[in-house]
Amino acid sequence: MDMNFLEFEQPIAELEAKIEELRYVGDDAEINIGDEIARLQAKSKSLTESIFSNLTPWQVSQLARHPQRPYTQDYISRLFTEFEELHGDRAYADDPSIIGGVARLDDRPLMVIGQQKGRDTKEKVYRNFGMPRPEGYRKALRLMQMAERFKLPIVTFIDTPGAYPGVGAEERGQSEAIARNLLEMSKLRTPVLCTVIGEGGSGGALAIGVGDRVMMLQYSTYSVISPEGCASILWKSAERAADAAEALGITSSRLKELGLIDQIIDEPLGGAHRNPEAMADSLRQALVANLDELGRLPLDELLSQRYQRLMSFGNFEVK
Amino acid sequence: MSWLQKFLPSQIRTEGGNKKTVPEGLWAKCPGCNGVLYRAELERNLDVCPKCGQHMRIGARRRLEAFLDPEPRVEIGAEVLPMDALKFRDSKKYKDRLSTAQKATSETDALIAMMGQVKGVPLVAAAFEFRFMGGSMGSVVGERFVRAANASLEHGIPLVCFSASGGARMQEALFSLMQMAKTSAVLARMREQGIPFISVMTDPTMGGVSASLAMLGDINVGEPGALIGFAGPRVIEQTVRETLPEGFQRTEFLVEHGAIDMIIDRREMRDRLASVLSIMTRQPSPAVAS
Repeated sequence: MDMNFLEFEQPIAELEAKIEELRYVGDDAEINIGDEIARLQAKSKSLTESIFSNLTPWQVSQLARHPQRPYTQDYISRLFTEFEELHGDRAYADDPSIIGGVARLDDRPLMVIGQQKGRDTKEKVYRNFGMPRPEGYRKALRLMQMAERFKLPIVTFIDTPGAYPGVGAEERGQSEAIARNLLEMSKLRTPVLCTVIGEGGSGGALAIGVGDRVMMLQYSTYSVISPEGCASILWKSAERAADAAEALGITSSRLKELGLIDQIIDEPLGGAHRNPEAMADSLRQALVANLDELGRLPLDELLSQRYQRLMSFGNFEVK
Repeated sequence: MSWLQKFLPSQIRTEGGNKKTVPEGLWAKCPGCNGVLYRAELERNLDVCPKCGQHMRIGARRRLEAFLDPEPRVEIGAEVLPMDALKFRDSKKYKDRLSTAQKATSETDALIAMMGQVKGVPLVAAAFEFRFMGGSMGSVVGERFVRAANASLEHGIPLVCFSASGGARMQEALFSLMQMAKTSAVLARMREQGIPFISVMTDPTMGGVSASLAMLGDINVGEPGALIGFAGPRVIEQTVRETLPEGFQRTEFLVEHGAIDMIIDRREMRDRLASVLSIMTRQPSPAVAS
């Protein structure tokens, strides 16, 4: 099994392997097999299109966690002409699972903050698998309040399995750190634009996700609990994760339908990791369009709209 | 344990033989000290064990009855009722879980709010009903909390909330997560207007409720021995693969780590909060007023 491909992508993987094989043969054989390769490539593309046109929420959640999926730093380096990372919460530590700093998007100065996962084992551990501790959220808040002082709009990239469930995190007030961010972000006097780029894991995601607009990359997920966690609680078996993913409605299309997010940013065929460059371009366009729109709103209007947006969330009847 | 039981190897002892049969209704057993308590006395004591001080869980309506002055009382947000917009279904339908919970508790959802007074100090008080789906916060809880806070804002009177919740209500998926942002945002308004919010965390206050409204009190209060935290102890144990220390995530632990201002015994809640609130709103002492 090819590890570059997820289980449901294996038919594509097989075709791609065939193409590679033919290329290898093509190098030293005299017969012209270009036509055959082109035919197989077309087939692979249409197969990918057909598989990706009909993904289940569980498959989407595997894409959102794909080991090759672009992370916050990948977008920062592609999107911004300048970036200076800023560290630490000024109270306890620097949390490498959240990065942030001043940046420039074309000619727009801004503050960018996002969760950061690691690529190899060593970096995964260093980044704590993208699971922030309280000091990470407090660093994020420090940077956001600094942005407010210097009238910089805030861009956040959400990509976390959740806030870290550890002893130290509890001792240092994980709950309070998240809660405080929710409260403060609702009243920051500067535009806040949030994008879920991978996993939007519950309160740990929301803690940098309260803003004027919330966007999602097409194959990212946003959920109150992981499908596995939900399955093990409600079905008493983590094996039922696919059912839980379905019931929770964690995909961008479902959440857009429900009015819980504002915009979906389409991904390249096969997912963001198949073409990070193209993904970054689409993300850039969405960021620019929204930042410019939000920037034109008077601050009081911006804040009142943000508040109304938050107050509108909920499904209930009034009798 | 009799001398014969002590004599027998432990495998031969049977659990059942040692159990005292307690007639349903008349007597209760304290989970803290295993003391057998006369239920009427326990109720007079607000479900705090008279022997060891263990604070047992108490229903939302009883909580507010015990906390507020008898008059005046106006319920807030009772008109807001749950619906199953997502048609959520796990091993059971959410709709069925709702009606089971409604029958079992005689409440329509997991938060009750009332405008009233405590020793003459006017306020809005809200309480989570833990028996209603673990006190989980969904759209109705969020909306009722906002309505309670808005009543506080409108009348310029403090808000007190007694939390008892396992966290966000999974069956409402992302809608329930958004209640964290919604309730926190209305508390930002309270701060801007200088209206006090006192959060009383009771057993248990976990997850999405702890990581939103419950930790945002101008004053955070804990009942003795309550479990309070973000992640559940079992989740943490699975993550760190070690046994958690005694008293981890209990009220006293949170005071030690600076997350909670003070511990208040349920039997003193009225007196002490009335006093604190009267100071925060610069009113005469309720002790003098009454």
